[in-house]
Amino acid sequence: MCTSISGQIPTAGSAKGSTGWFSLANITVGYDHPAHLHDNHAILLDFVNPSLGPSARVAVELTADSARALLAALNDTLAKGDAYESTLTG
Amino acid sequence: MIDTGSYEGMIAERVTIAHPDGSWLPAYCARPLGAEQFPAVVLLHHRPGWDEYYREAARKLAQHGFIAVCPDLYHRFGQGDPDDVAAIVRGAGDVSDQSVIDDGKAAVAWLKNHPLSNGNVAVMGSCSGGRHALLVACNDDTVDAVVDLWGGRVVMAKDDLNDRYPIAPIDLTAQLNAPLLGLFGDRDTAPTPAEVDQHEQVLKATGKTYEFHRYPDAGHGFFYHDRPAMYHAESAVDGWQKVFAFLTRTLR
Repeated sequence: MCTSISGQIPTAGSAKGSTGWFSLANITVGYDHPAHLHDNHAILLDFVNPSLGPSARVAVELTADSARALLAALNDTLAKGDAYESTLTG
Repeated sequence: MIDTGSYEGMIAERVTIAHPDGSWLPAYCARPLGAEQFPAVVLLHHRPGWDEYYREAARKLAQHGFIAVCPDLYHRFGQGDPDDVAAIVRGAGDVSDQSVIDDGKAAVAWLKNHPLSNGNVAVMGSCSGGRHALLVACNDDTVDAVVDLWGGRVVMAKDDLNDRYPIAPIDLTAQLNAPLLGLFGDRDTAPTPAEVDQHEQVLKATGKTYEFHRYPDAGHGFFYHDRPAMYHAESAVDGWQKVFAFLTRTLR
């Protein structure tokens, strides 16, 4: 269905889209119909900057399993990054 | 019906509709060519946006002798690739019901006054568009027929109501003054078969004219040939026949 499950976080970062790099304003995280992935529902990630127009967007559609794997990899990498940073400041 | 011995043609183009708020509403219009007057349908697109599927649906309706107009319900969020615009809408938390009702009513009025229209106008949509079709029909007495294709969130929990969605469509049923056709897949999760049952009970209790058809092997979005995970050919073929039979009976 059209779930209307979505949320948005303000974001500091950059993304590379079809016209090159741009500064990110938000990441939208949704669970709804994918446009390309052949499945009924998917985790939809949109890295966007609406002030630059709708095309300032990098879109990713993931299966739930892939999204969970990404989440674990992000947490793992962040923990390693935090540990590395603490060696610099300690 | 196609007659190999007769002339046929259609025109399909982007048009702009004068909106009561003074703005211009972009829309895709497909209509048969010919001197007669045609029944008309407002198509309300789904959450993936004002996309190619809805342009194809408009041309299919024109092929069958209807003027079809599909307004861009997301035009206030920007213009570009429909997929990108839909993402902006997702990020903004969705278009409001009131915005869709206002745009839908503007499209209905435009078709009522179209020089080639016979004055009979249906509203039709799938997915969120099915829900929106009900909302427009319940807020516009001039609508002559409604087609709800697997519209979810017709039944809504109180916790899901907010400024964008102030009232559940099922609670507007008493205001519905047009016959309703609903097509649903039994494998759908929104609406669930139980929610379709609940909607049907309210339609019965309020004495509305409706017909619901359920497809046991179909899930959500079973007309969407461009989405292989959702498309169910047998149900889609029968469903389109039911749509055209209903529109012919109510609008011609």
